[in-house]
Amino acid sequence: MYRQARWDESVIFELGREGRRGHIIPDVEEEIKKTINDTMRLLPKKLRRKKPPRLPELSETEILRHYIRLSQMNYSVDLGLYPLGSCTMKYNPKINEILARSLSIGMVHPYQDEETVQGILEIMYKLSKWLAEITGTHEVSLQPAAGAHGEFLGTLIMRAHHRLNNKLDDRTEIIVPDAAHGTNPASGTMAGFKVVVVRSDENGCVDLEALKSAVSDRTAGLMLTNPNTLGIFEKDIEKIAEIVHEAGGLLYYDGANLNAILGKVKPGDMGFDIVHINIHKTFGTPHGGGGPGAGPIGVSDELAKFLPVPRIGFDGEKYRLDYNRPHSIGKIRCFYGNVGVLLKAFAYILSLGAEGLEEVAEVSVLNANYLLQKLKEIRGFDIPYAKNRPRKHECVLSVDKMYRDTGVRALEVSKRILDCGMHAPITYFPLIVKEALMIEPTESYEKEELDRFVETMRTISEEAYSNPEKVLNAPQNTAITRLDEAKASHPKTMTLSWRMHLKKKD
Amino acid sequence: MTNSFPHPYIPNSIRKIKEEMMGEIGIESIEELYADVPQKFRLRRRLNLPDTQSEHNVRRFVEELLSRNDTCLDMPIFLGAGCWPHYVPAAVETIVQRTEFLTSYTPYQPEISQGLLQALFEYQSMICEITAMDAANSSMYDWASALGEAVRMASRLTHRNVALVPKILHPERLETLRTYSEPAGIRIEPIDYDSETGQLDIENLKEKLSGKTAAVYVENPTYLGFIETQVREISEETRDHGALFVVGVDPTSLGVLEPPGEYGADIVVGEGQPLGIPMNYGGPLLGIFACRDDLRLIRQMPGRVVGMTTTLKEGKTGFCMALQTREQHIRRERATSNICSNETLCSVAAVVYLALLGPKGLKELGETIMSKSHYAVQVLEKIDGVKAPVFKAPHFKEFTVNFGGTGRAVSEVHRGLLEHQVHGGKDISKEFPELGESALYCVTETHSKEDIDSLVSALEKVLGRES
Repeated sequence: MYRQARWDESVIFELGREGRRGHIIPDVEEEIKKTINDTMRLLPKKLRRKKPPRLPELSETEILRHYIRLSQMNYSVDLGLYPLGSCTMKYNPKINEILARSLSIGMVHPYQDEETVQGILEIMYKLSKWLAEITGTHEVSLQPAAGAHGEFLGTLIMRAHHRLNNKLDDRTEIIVPDAAHGTNPASGTMAGFKVVVVRSDENGCVDLEALKSAVSDRTAGLMLTNPNTLGIFEKDIEKIAEIVHEAGGLLYYDGANLNAILGKVKPGDMGFDIVHINIHKTFGTPHGGGGPGAGPIGVSDELAKFLPVPRIGFDGEKYRLDYNRPHSIGKIRCFYGNVGVLLKAFAYILSLGAEGLEEVAEVSVLNANYLLQKLKEIRGFDIPYAKNRPRKHECVLSVDKMYRDTGVRALEVSKRILDCGMHAPITYFPLIVKEALMIEPTESYEKEELDRFVETMRTISEEAYSNPEKVLNAPQNTAITRLDEAKASHPKTMTLSWRMHLKKKD
Repeated sequence: MTNSFPHPYIPNSIRKIKEEMMGEIGIESIEELYADVPQKFRLRRRLNLPDTQSEHNVRRFVEELLSRNDTCLDMPIFLGAGCWPHYVPAAVETIVQRTEFLTSYTPYQPEISQGLLQALFEYQSMICEITAMDAANSSMYDWASALGEAVRMASRLTHRNVALVPKILHPERLETLRTYSEPAGIRIEPIDYDSETGQLDIENLKEKLSGKTAAVYVENPTYLGFIETQVREISEETRDHGALFVVGVDPTSLGVLEPPGEYGADIVVGEGQPLGIPMNYGGPLLGIFACRDDLRLIRQMPGRVVGMTTTLKEGKTGFCMALQTREQHIRRERATSNICSNETLCSVAAVVYLALLGPKGLKELGETIMSKSHYAVQVLEKIDGVKAPVFKAPHFKEFTVNFGGTGRAVSEVHRGLLEHQVHGGKDISKEFPELGESALYCVTETHSKEDIDSLVSALEKVLGRES
C-alpha cells in the first residue's frame, strides 16, 4: 500500500528565529578592508536599501531538513511509473548527473577565450552532428532552452524564410491540427502568425481534404507531430508534405514524440524542413520538475543560414564560435544553450549508441501497445480512433463510457491512480477525445510495473462500477487530499506569494 | 554488438519478455508495429552514431573531454556580463540533486507534488521579497527572454508598440528583445546616455516618450556595472506617459540596493543564475519575472505560477498551479506565451540559496562584492595608462577598464594576460566603439585579494610596467 510522506511542513517564512544564519559569505581580506571601509557609502543614499528583504532567518540544518521533507512529498520517475503522455518520462541515468556536476563545466564562463573551452565546444559540436543524423536534418542549433523555445525559433525561421522571398506580407497563417500540442498554436501566435486549425479524420490523423482546403498562398507552414498525440503514425505524411510544400509553406516537426521513431525513420526524410528535439524527453535528461530542458532545432540546408548566432565551427583542428551569419535571425536567449543539460544528452547517446537508441524506440512502442491491448479490455474503457492500427510511443484511453455509466470521470480516475503509488497520465488531452487519459509508458519500465498499472486500472474500473465513492474521494494516500484549484485562481483568494498572503490576512 | 543487450536502461529488452508481450498484442515481430510507416521513408541502415558504451568508458571519455576546459579554478577569470562566478553552497547542490525534485515533471497532479509546489511558492515569495514586488512566476529561460516577454506583455496591456531601452544594454539581451518584439510589431528604441556618467539621458527619454510608448526599460546595476541613480525620475516620467516601467536586476545587488518595487516598477525581470546555479558555460540560466499586485498585470504574466490554496474537505493549506487559463495547454493560440518547460530546478536552487543567505547574508554578499570590486578598481587605476571605471558613477560588481592610455588593444592585452594564467574581462571595444579600447571586468565574493593582485601584476608584465 502506498503512503506518501505527510510532514505538515510550514511555509519557510514561518520557520527560524531572528539572528540565525545558513551560510557564511567569504571574508573580505583585512588589507582590502583597510582601503575600502564602510562599503554602503559607495552607494548614493537614495539608492541604498532601507528595509531589508523579509527573508526567513534559518540555520543550514533547518533549511536542509525543510527541503528534504518537501522532496519526500514529491513523486518522481525514480519512484515508479510516470506515464504522462507526450512528456516521455523515462529513466534519467545517474552517470549523466555525475558528469554534469563536474567543476570542469560548472566553473566555465561562456565568454572565455575559445582556446580555453575546446573540450565543451567539441562536445557541443559532436552532439549537434549526432542530432542532425538522428533527425535527418542538415544543421542543428543547440540554443533553445526548451521544446516551446525551439518552436518559437522554428516559426521565426519560417518568418525569415518568407521575408527573404519577399512573401512575409502574404504568408500570414500557420496551420496546426486540432490534436496538436498547445505549444504549437501558441508558438505560431508568438511568431506573429494567424493560427488555422485543421480537423482530424476518423482515424485521428490529419484530414487531407481539410488540409487541402486550409492551405493557400497565405500559408507560412504546418506544424505537425508524427507520431501524433494519439500515438498514431501519420502514414500520409508524404502527401501532407506535398500539399504544404506545393502551397509554398514549410513543414515543421514537433519533436515531442520522437522517441518512438529513433533509428526507424527520420523527420528530415519525411519532408520536414524544421525539426525540434526535446532533449529532456527523448535523450533522457531529467525534467527537473518542469525544467531546465533543452530544445535544439535541426533545419534543412536551405534554412541553415537563419539559425541563431553563434554557430560552432570546426576547422579540423580547433573548435570556434562563428558569428558571421548575415541571415541569422539573431538571438533567442543569451549565450549558447542549456549546456549543462546538453552535456547529459551527449553522455546518453554514447551510453545507448546507435543500436541502443533503436532499441529504445522499439521497446517504448512495444510497451505502449502492450498497455493498449490490456487496458482496452477493461470495463468502461475505450481506445478511440483507428482501432486496428498499432500505436507508437503512447496511447489515448477514453473513459467516457465509464463516466456515463457511473459518474466517474477521467480526472477522478487519475486521482485514484495516485493513491496506488503511480503518477497519472495526462488528462483531457488531446481535445478530440472525450474523458481522455493519454498514456506514455516509455521504454524505462519493466513488464511487472506495466502489469501493476493495468491491475490498478482494472481495480479502479471495478470500484467505479461497484463503489464509486472510493474513486470520487481519491486521493487519500498522497501528502494532501483534493485541492480547491478554483480558489487558487480566483481574484479574491488568489495568493501567489507570501506577501500577498500577509496582505490578504490583514 | 555482442555485449550491449539487454541494456541496463531498458528492462524489457530481453527476448523472452518481448515475446510474451508480443503474444499478448497478437504480433510476431516488433516490426509489425511499424507497418504503417511508409517503406520509402524507413531507415534501412544503422544510424551513424557511436557504438553502445559501458558506463566506465562513457565516464572516461566525457571526463577527458571536459578536462580540456580551463576553469576559474585553473586561473582567475574576471568575466561577468550576464553569467557570473558565485559560490554555490553545498546545501543547494544537495537539494537540487534530490531525485524527487530532479526526476519529476510539471506538477499537473498537485496532491502528489506538494513538495515541489511549496518550494516554488517559496521561490516566488522570496523573489517578491528581494525585488519588493507582489507576484512572481516560477521561472523563465533567462534574463533576455524574460525581458522579451515583459515588453510583449506591456504592449498587450497598453495597446502600444514602442519600447524605450537604454543604449547601454547587453548586446545579446538587446538582440533577444528585438527577436521577441519584431513579430508582435513592437519597435525598440535606444535612449542615449551621458558620456561622462553613463546615466540615462533624461532629456532624450522625455523626447522619445509618447502616446506610443508601451514600456520604458532600465537596469540596475546596468550592463556596464554602474548604478542608474535617476530611477525615481525615470519611473515618474514613464508613469506620466501611461507606459509601464520595466526594471532588470542582478539579485545579488538587492541586499544593498534599493529594490525596484520601491521606485515604481510595474514589472521586474532579471538573471537568477547567481543564486546557486553554476555557470555551466552559460546555461541553464534562470529568468526572473515579477509584477505588482494588479490583476490586469497578473493575468497577462507569461509562464507557470503557483498559488496557495486549501483542500476541498478539511480546509488545510496546500499549493497548486494557478491561472492556468493564461497558458498554452489551455488557451492555445490565445495564451500569454508559448512557454511550457522552464527552469524549475534552477528556481529550487535559488530558493535554497536565498534561504541560506537570509536578509543579513544577502546584504553581506552585496557588501563583500562591492569591497572587492572597488579594491580591484583602486589597484587597476594605479597602473599607468589604465583607466577604471570609464564612467563617473557608483558601481556594483562590474566595471569598465579602458586601456586607451597604454596604446594597446584590449584583445592584445587579454592575450598577454592568458599567457600569465589570468583571464581578463569581456572585450567591449566593438560593442561600444565610443568607449575606445575598453573591457568589462567582474569581481565577486569568489575572487580573493590574491586573484586581484595577480591580475595587476600580470597586467604590469603585459604592459611592460614592471617595477
